[in-house]
Amino acid sequence: MTFRARHLLGIEQLSPQEIVAVLDLADRYVDLNRRTVKQSDVLAGLTQINMFFENSTRTQASFELAGKRLGADVMNMVVGQSSVKKGETLIDTAMTLNAMRPDLLVVRHPSSGAVNLLASKVKCAVLNAGDGRHEHPTQALLDALTIRRAKGRIQRLTVAICGDIAHSRVARSNLILLGKMENRLRLIAPPTLMPPGVEGFGCELYDDMKKGLEGADVVMMLRLQKERMDGGFIPSEREYYHRYGLDAEKLAHAKPDAIVMHPGPMNRGVEIDGELADDINRSVIQEQVEMGVAVRMACMDLLARNLRAERGRAAVGVMV
Amino acid sequence: MILHLTNARLIDPETGTDALGSLTVKDGVIVGRGGALPKGAESLDCAGMCLAPGIVDWGVKIGEPGERHRESFRSAGLAAAAGGVTTIVARPDTNPAIDTPETLEFVTRRSAESVVRIRHMAALTKLRQGDEMTEIGFLLDAGAVAFSDVFNVSTNTKALARAMTYARSLGALIVGHPQEPGLTAGAAATNSKFASLRGLPSVSPMAERIGLDRDLGLVEMTGVRYHADQITTARSLPALERAKANGLDVTAGVSIHHLTLNELDVGDYRTFFKLTPPLRAEDDRMAIVQALADGLIDVIASFHTPADEESKRLPFEEAASGAVGLQTLLPAAMRLYHAGAVSLPQLWRALSLNPANRLGLPQGRLSDGAPADLVLFDPDAPFLLDRFTLKSKSKNTPFDGQRMEGKVLATWVGGLQVFQG
Repeated sequence: MTFRARHLLGIEQLSPQEIVAVLDLADRYVDLNRRTVKQSDVLAGLTQINMFFENSTRTQASFELAGKRLGADVMNMVVGQSSVKKGETLIDTAMTLNAMRPDLLVVRHPSSGAVNLLASKVKCAVLNAGDGRHEHPTQALLDALTIRRAKGRIQRLTVAICGDIAHSRVARSNLILLGKMENRLRLIAPPTLMPPGVEGFGCELYDDMKKGLEGADVVMMLRLQKERMDGGFIPSEREYYHRYGLDAEKLAHAKPDAIVMHPGPMNRGVEIDGELADDINRSVIQEQVEMGVAVRMACMDLLARNLRAERGRAAVGVMV
Repeated sequence: MILHLTNARLIDPETGTDALGSLTVKDGVIVGRGGALPKGAESLDCAGMCLAPGIVDWGVKIGEPGERHRESFRSAGLAAAAGGVTTIVARPDTNPAIDTPETLEFVTRRSAESVVRIRHMAALTKLRQGDEMTEIGFLLDAGAVAFSDVFNVSTNTKALARAMTYARSLGALIVGHPQEPGLTAGAAATNSKFASLRGLPSVSPMAERIGLDRDLGLVEMTGVRYHADQITTARSLPALERAKANGLDVTAGVSIHHLTLNELDVGDYRTFFKLTPPLRAEDDRMAIVQALADGLIDVIASFHTPADEESKRLPFEEAASGAVGLQTLLPAAMRLYHAGAVSLPQLWRALSLNPANRLGLPQGRLSDGAPADLVLFDPDAPFLLDRFTLKSKSKNTPFDGQRMEGKVLATWVGGLQVFQG
């Protein structure tokens, strides 16, 4: 089988073939999701635990729905800061959960690498739902699926990623994925929001948005976190919107059929013009949300297959 | 008692020689070289193995007082002896900090449990907070060999300038940590593509240059004797070179980890590679190795920092910083020798003679009258490091599972054997 991964910790560990395998399967789940009866039983009997150490509504709901549509028993644990306050370490939490014998563990954590650490200590399949500034693989996969469905391919496109690249795990996963699939990448941001060492990423770098958008097939906007808006990284919200907010005028520099993406939630009037975000001819933001459920179903399906195969092998090993 | 060590490859950092010979030790002191077997002497055939002055390891954290579960004087001493370290220069970043003559007397008393010599640095400012100077005079009288706030960098430049001015009048040596604290705050890695792709908060290598420039300015202003604890980036070197050329009383050290590892060793968030300052790019590492060979960098130390398992089993950003190094300093340093970067006498200048000279200690030499603090080692013996075999209470070494060369065969402190390999 093409998809060999045991966990989905990041795009970095996936081969282009594995990425295509996810997208192909996700396409089929999009069809399922558009039916009136959206039930499948591929995860029947399996337990999925969503563990979010950082608040999230959209991603958590998407994972929950994906699991339920595939027939898994889904449990949500909002860990927040409660167990951290009680002094429990991440590994203790992981070991506690491990003892409950889940099959799929969906984890979001504010520290980069925390999900990798956790995955090394549990016996189930772990899906990274975002760790610090490191990776957010299902977001990159759902973005890829959205692009492939809108553009008919996921190769040889010019993709511009704009905004707070320095602090964004979405940007990292996306630029790894789009790089692996051989696209031309542009990063557009004020220099204060570019990550250190960005020169080595193999992307074209722009601090002028109009130049950066020139000839782009895909425009990916990133969310600007509220706490970075004032003074620290950029002078003000309004100056940022003036120079880096996507509006019809700036978008006119991209290709006429360029699509506009945003991982959400949006700050209308900060990084993107509200009207443009709602323009069904340009914006695929709602499709991204729809693809999110399908991609997560595909990822969990593929990981569950590998998990079952691994357990099967282990069982045979015991008998021999 | 007389000990006659024959057929030894004598590594003498003072003369820069590396040649076969014999050495005689009497009453804990080196009394001669190349002579015949004295009457009544115990003779030991070294079989052509290297005999060098014991290592003077400057900047070792010992958990007393406050964190004895991480390291005690006893366990540190055993680890040091097994690593060929005969003098530990301990750090004052304990809990509480060593910032009064009373705490210094306490640790000096406790040091008796160690099989190797222990000398103590004291804090430069009260609570290591960078605002009010400690009783530098009393602390000198109580035996402090240098003054340092370790990794706390004072932002109160005026207070620091006063402390340095006062220290100068007493001839005290100040050890600085040249890192600009505003830039380094929150950083767990060095700015690079690697750190960015790992999503780790990082600091520019320029933070070191800026920190060093400020400290060197203060040295020029006050005339104090100054040692930069760790110089780890290429960009700092011209500033250091200029300061030395201008006649400032300045020396610089580096940790063995920054000489032998680089930022990529962190790999998949391996917290044993989280250090202060963070590991640097390979270009920086190579520049520092060259600076060591050129003598611009004076001292190599382990910056032994014991951390328990719990404090390392955390996400990288939250994990404790630092690595143990007393027992791995010598074999790790052998990597530089085997790579052809430095000769053994050069290496021993940085490991032993230079730190001893700078701290005013009689160790670090093989000349007549020097204390018989010696290490006998096989520079080529290979082994696979298993961290659980380390004698330190904490096992946080970045060399775990790595192939190393260089085994300590025996260690003597004041003529008494404290380790047999």
